[in-house]
Amino acid sequence: MHNFDIEKPSSVSEAVAALAAEGAQALAGGQTLIPTMKQRLAAPEKLVLLSGIEELKGISASGGKLTIGAATTHAEVAADGSYPALSALAADIGDPAVRNRGTIGGSLANNDPSADYPAAVLASNAVVNTNKRAIAADDFFVGMFETALDEGEIITSVEFPLPEAASYQKIDQPASRFALVGVFVAKGANGWRVAVTGASNEGVFRWSAAEEALNGGGSLEGMAPDADGMIDDIHGSAAYRAHLVGVLTRRAVAAA
Amino acid sequence: MPADGGIGASTRRREDVRFLTGKGQYTDDINIRGQAYVHFLRSDIAHGKINNIDTSDAENMPGVIRIFTSKDFEGVGGVPCGWQVTDRFGQPMQEPKHPVLAEGKVRHVGEPIAAVVAETREQARDAAEAIIVDIEELPAVIDMKAALQDGATKVHDDLTGNLCFDWGFVEENREAVDEAIRNAAHVTTLELTNNRLVANPMEPRVAIGDYDAARDEHTLYTTSQNPHVIRLLMGAFVLGIPENKLRVIAPDVGGGFGTKIFHYQEEAFCTFAAKAVNRPVKWTSSRSEAFMSDAHGRDHVTKIELALDENGKFLAVRTDTYANMGAYLSTFAPSVPTWLHGTLMAGNYTTPLVYVNVKAVFTNTVPVDAYRGAGRPEATFQLERVIDKAARELGIDPIELRRRNFIQPDQYPYATPVALEYDTGNYPATMDKLVEIADIKGFAARKAESESRGKKRGLGIAHYIEACGIAPSNLVGQLGARAGLYESATVRVNPTGGLVVMTGSHSHGQGHETTFPQVVAEMIGIDAGMVEIVHGDTANTPMGMGTYGSRSIAVGGSAIVRATEKIIAKARKIAAHLLEASDEDIELKDGQFTVKGTDKSVAWGDVCLAAYVPHNYPLEDLEPGLEETAFYDPANFVYPAGAYACEVEVDPETGKVEIMSFCAADDFGNIINPMIVEGQVHGGLAQGIGQALLEHCVYDENGQLVSGSYMDYAMPRADDLPSFVTDTSCQTPCTHNPLGVKGCGEAGAIGAPPAVVNAVVDALADMGVTHIDMPLTPARVWSAIQAAK
Ligand SMILES: Cc1cc2nc3c(=O)[nH]c(=O)nc-3n(C[C@H](O)[C@H](O)[C@H](O)COP(=O)(O)OP(=O)(O)OC[C@H]3O[C@@H](n4cnc5c(N)ncnc54)[C@H](O)[C@@H]3O)c2cc1C
Repeated sequence: MHNFDIEKPSSVSEAVAALAAEGAQALAGGQTLIPTMKQRLAAPEKLVLLSGIEELKGISASGGKLTIGAATTHAEVAADGSYPALSALAADIGDPAVRNRGTIGGSLANNDPSADYPAAVLASNAVVNTNKRAIAADDFFVGMFETALDEGEIITSVEFPLPEAASYQKIDQPASRFALVGVFVAKGANGWRVAVTGASNEGVFRWSAAEEALNGGGSLEGMAPDADGMIDDIHGSAAYRAHLVGVLTRRAVAAA
Repeated sequence: MPADGGIGASTRRREDVRFLTGKGQYTDDINIRGQAYVHFLRSDIAHGKINNIDTSDAENMPGVIRIFTSKDFEGVGGVPCGWQVTDRFGQPMQEPKHPVLAEGKVRHVGEPIAAVVAETREQARDAAEAIIVDIEELPAVIDMKAALQDGATKVHDDLTGNLCFDWGFVEENREAVDEAIRNAAHVTTLELTNNRLVANPMEPRVAIGDYDAARDEHTLYTTSQNPHVIRLLMGAFVLGIPENKLRVIAPDVGGGFGTKIFHYQEEAFCTFAAKAVNRPVKWTSSRSEAFMSDAHGRDHVTKIELALDENGKFLAVRTDTYANMGAYLSTFAPSVPTWLHGTLMAGNYTTPLVYVNVKAVFTNTVPVDAYRGAGRPEATFQLERVIDKAARELGIDPIELRRRNFIQPDQYPYATPVALEYDTGNYPATMDKLVEIADIKGFAARKAESESRGKKRGLGIAHYIEACGIAPSNLVGQLGARAGLYESATVRVNPTGGLVVMTGSHSHGQGHETTFPQVVAEMIGIDAGMVEIVHGDTANTPMGMGTYGSRSIAVGGSAIVRATEKIIAKARKIAAHLLEASDEDIELKDGQFTVKGTDKSVAWGDVCLAAYVPHNYPLEDLEPGLEETAFYDPANFVYPAGAYACEVEVDPETGKVEIMSFCAADDFGNIINPMIVEGQVHGGLAQGIGQALLEHCVYDENGQLVSGSYMDYAMPRADDLPSFVTDTSCQTPCTHNPLGVKGCGEAGAIGAPPAVVNAVVDALADMGVTHIDMPLTPARVWSAIQAAK
């Protein structure tokens, strides 16, 4: 790890100001960034700690919406009962140490193609709030490790409309236990949405054919997305991942 | 029995007090005044010619003390191989030089090219990044069969090809085996791989070299399973340091699993560099380095054929194996696919004819060597898989087919056609025990219940035999070992009766500090708490061979028994003198020497005191003091065996396998500490299940290590494992060692993989699946189901 400076702001505006410096980067739970720095794949000159900012923390439910502060840990989401499918997802991320440090904001900003949260955010039609705007889930995830966030922009909270029914089904990648394939289905005001993580080289995506079938009263039986563009690695072929998307979607709908 | 536990007591592990309170003293906990740190610049290319190494920028970086390349090691030996195999044609294996730092070429990802010694670890690493290495990339040799084709790129330009050796065993049986297979009523054939594994001990390797210029003495602190072997190999073959000037200390070691047997370049480097820079030099492996520099395990590709008669009697076994050696020969690499593998191919069965062919191949991968089980898991896996396949083909119950071919209890000693002589065993008994503890009768009902939930359930059986405590030395010398395989012990009695036992065995998790005192205490009839164990330091223990191959109790424990017998014999003489009786009339019981048939006695402590304060003492006949050494060279291997049953549920839609139960009925002969033995079985089973379901070290065609971290290399976790059912009540004591013990350290890792795979194949048999290569990941299981459709 290279040397770096640390700043610990106590408000979002201070954090935004600190992040304007050359080579500055936000640090939330550090569960992604610190290992990357240890491997010398990232060498920020300054880390801006989000952990001291109270306004980024906590969970509140009102008006059919669940709002989760960006610096809320996976463990806190897991312990909250207001959105059971989301809590179950959080409870299955990594191990206790990871869940006690890692945050929803960090996970979304990182947008790992195999991370769990992006599927929940996209399927739930959630809104990602930042220090300067509100970004709809459909616009937030741009591609593998890419989001709509600008340089220095901080996620402040995520707003989930509470669905009528939802479920997350995941097959673990055997080593990392990130999602080999994870499917989150949620039935909201405008019907079913199906979001898939772990499967695509482009990162999380909505499986629109399945949504159409579900919303049009059709059957999911035998359906699977095209294997083209699916991740193909030592843990599973593209064909296997495509197949799993079908299986897990059916199971998620059954469980929702 | 001693009040605090003798032989047979589940005494709690005394070493756990320090391990569990953070007071263990591991090599990385040692820091020597003035120590510098080394960082190895490792190749990120699998195969290439080194044109130039430019260290000029790096040398001027802050904190850099000195940068070493192979130029600094001219005249220094390579890391030696400790076992020479002779091929089918009577020729010695090809043996390339294994330099401390890469010479002229790099041959695997992770090979050290240069070493930076600096004031801090980070400075050493910064400077290593500033070294400019010009490497001309060559095609990587990865696939073993391709490596042996004409015109294949050579890993070593000075060798005749990539074949290290072509071994045949028993060569004289080759034609008879072919003949038997040609004429048999039924032949079952199976092609399989034994997946490459990374040992992954919890503690990565560490080495600290220290040089005392005033005394011209070297000390190496290292994470080793056998410090004397390191001293011998490094002192005599690499650095030319006489043993009286070289001390090797392996303090608390956090797991070895074989990978810490071997002598590694980093040890030689730190010892060498400490003198060169006149500072202690420390290296601590990162986990990433461990993946690409610790010797790997297994990696065999095999075709096995089993010939049977019309009644299911085994007539012959023929195997063809390609064994990956990696880029260089690690310390005991050639012994693993040969003498530790071919000799096990009779298994528990009366198969009269066996022929094993092994082609050992050089590739551009990390060297492969012994890993928990070493050769025996590879043998057992093939044999127990092909028997299962034969049972299915012939429509015979797999338990029944094994029973039909078991060596019977009245056939011992039993000479196998593959050179071993089993001294004892009772395989029908372990199988009976398994049938009971695994409730085999209830399987059909459990299967029906699983099926009602859409799951496929399978039952897998395996019966393994293994050979531990490889011996005797004169025989293994004929087989190519360049070392002896005895063990040593010195028992030092203190004046007031406490004992210190200095053993050549090395404990890196096995609990020797608890088990060995139980033996000594039982023999003398004193508390185990009066016995202390010293190990792991060449200055404080007699020349020993260390711990691997489940040899510690069978060989090291026997040496302790022999030394303790000598102590007792002398103490008896002293007691006879004190009691004014003759030696033969003296009995030792519960720590009291008594004149037979009288109430005249003297306590152990008084005898010990007399030995060191010899006022009333037969000085004309007996030296004062009470300290004895014994070297024990076993007459034969020991042969643990056991029956394992695994039940799995497979999700046919996703391919996910869940282990529902795992039962093990082992015969380890006599048992000193049942709790420790059970722990060893659990650990072995976890590793065996890890191999079967999860672990896989993967290289791509360019020789890049794809599974180079825990993000891609799957270790077994607690929730991957069922609650094990173990039983060790079947005991046929070893006939040739004084404790009647066999080894238990590797059993689980040997017996578990075939039991798991047999179970999964059983679950999917009605879908047409006949084999799946390990690890049985969801993706592989699903693919096998698709392929069978
Ligand atoms: C062993 C292990 C297992 C794991 N298993 C899983 C798993 O099963 N599933 C899964 O989904 N994840 C898993 N993770 C990843 C984990 O969830 C991380 O915590 C998460 O991806 C990143 O969150 P963090 O708070 O730790 O972010 P950090 O590591 O602190 O930051 C990650 C990135 O996000 C940026 N960032 C952080 N917060 C914000 C913000 N509020 N606004 C803008 N940018 C921000 C940082 O600058 C950085 O670039 C695992 C991690 C580990 C170490």
